[in-house]
Amino acid sequence: KQYYHNRKMSILEYNGAAVIAMAGKDCVGIASDNRLGIQYQTVAMDFKKVFKMNDTLFVGLAGLATDVQTLDQLLRFRMNLYELREERTMTPQVFTNLLSNILYEKRFGPYFAEPVVAGLDEKGSPYLATMDLIGAIETTKDFVVSGTCDGNLYGMCETLYKPDLGKEELFETLAQALLASVDRDALSGWGGVVHIITKEGVMSRELKGRQD
Amino acid sequence: MYQQNLDKIAELSSHSAMGVSGPNCDLVNFSELGTGLSDVTPHLAPYHDQCRYISKNLALYELSNDGMKLSTHAQANFCRGELAKALRKGPFQVNVILGGYDENVPNGGSLYVMDYLGSCQKVNYGAQGYASNFTLSIMDRDWEEGLNEEQAVKIVEHCIRELNMRFLLNQSNFIIKVVDKDGVRTVKADSDPTDN
Repeated sequence: KQYYHNRKMSILEYNGAAVIAMAGKDCVGIASDNRLGIQYQTVAMDFKKVFKMNDTLFVGLAGLATDVQTLDQLLRFRMNLYELREERTMTPQVFTNLLSNILYEKRFGPYFAEPVVAGLDEKGSPYLATMDLIGAIETTKDFVVSGTCDGNLYGMCETLYKPDLGKEELFETLAQALLASVDRDALSGWGGVVHIITKEGVMSRELKGRQD
Repeated sequence: MYQQNLDKIAELSSHSAMGVSGPNCDLVNFSELGTGLSDVTPHLAPYHDQCRYISKNLALYELSNDGMKLSTHAQANFCRGELAKALRKGPFQVNVILGGYDENVPNGGSLYVMDYLGSCQKVNYGAQGYASNFTLSIMDRDWEEGLNEEQAVKIVEHCIRELNMRFLLNQSNFIIKVVDKDGVRTVKADSDPTDN
């Protein structure tokens, strides 16, 4: 076994991921990389980690791929139930609390995923939140990151971020921050995808980065 | 003496098949020729149970829903869900490649690769187990959009030749199955070299 890798990888690093979300002027952006790996081997280059919950709410999930997919299904299920019962759309704040609850329920056998929530609240102002794998919420006004290269992402965001960016500038900032960060991380990359959410709609673009 | 001709590709439904691999499947095992599989290869029992569980549940769906067949995507999702559920109870140590044919899907055929933890991804080509280290690069090079069956089988044979040449732990017995509009059929099955 030593022949393959010397360092023991934690479960959160098994598949590799990079997720980033940023607030702009009346808009939010969320982006992720495309890699799905099994430790150091790449298995797919089109693995989705950002999921649309509704037109103004996206969630990005970094971590163990099986839990990312399970949580996506669970969240859509719970959100649909809520909307059927309450007859209104779920706000990002409520969604974040729901997700936190789902994660904490499994406190002593958690889902190995660290989510990032990005959306527009009812007034149309940006909402960003992140939490750890057991659901400790942190809301911010500027940017949130998650994944195997979160250190790189923090550095890039701190450098590139400016408040009140328009949607095109926000797209550019997100793209540059993501691509530069994943290039220094073996476990994430293979391009990316960026979604910019405004009141008018969602703009999604694929990023072509280093394919390694 | 160990069994060299174990068919690891199970037919799930009329138009889908599931191949499995995993560390347990590489272990040598004792066998009497051709008797009940789970008695003969008990360490592979989880795989046999898994395949049976999946295929019987798919058959049940068809029976309960007026003959409606589940699409390959749905079958793969069901399989993934079972793997994910089992992960925190008593995990199946099986990595799965599920392939199927649907009429209403562009191109018809679709392939899903799942690992034993329950992550699922639709792919154009895939490999599980030690084989992946050798064969993924070959398929990266050779695969292109719009291959016909003959070309696809040629690529698979290319992979097999490579394994025969370079893979230390290789067993040279391979079985190739094709899934198309007419269902699942075996294209090539090497015989057990210990049979005379």
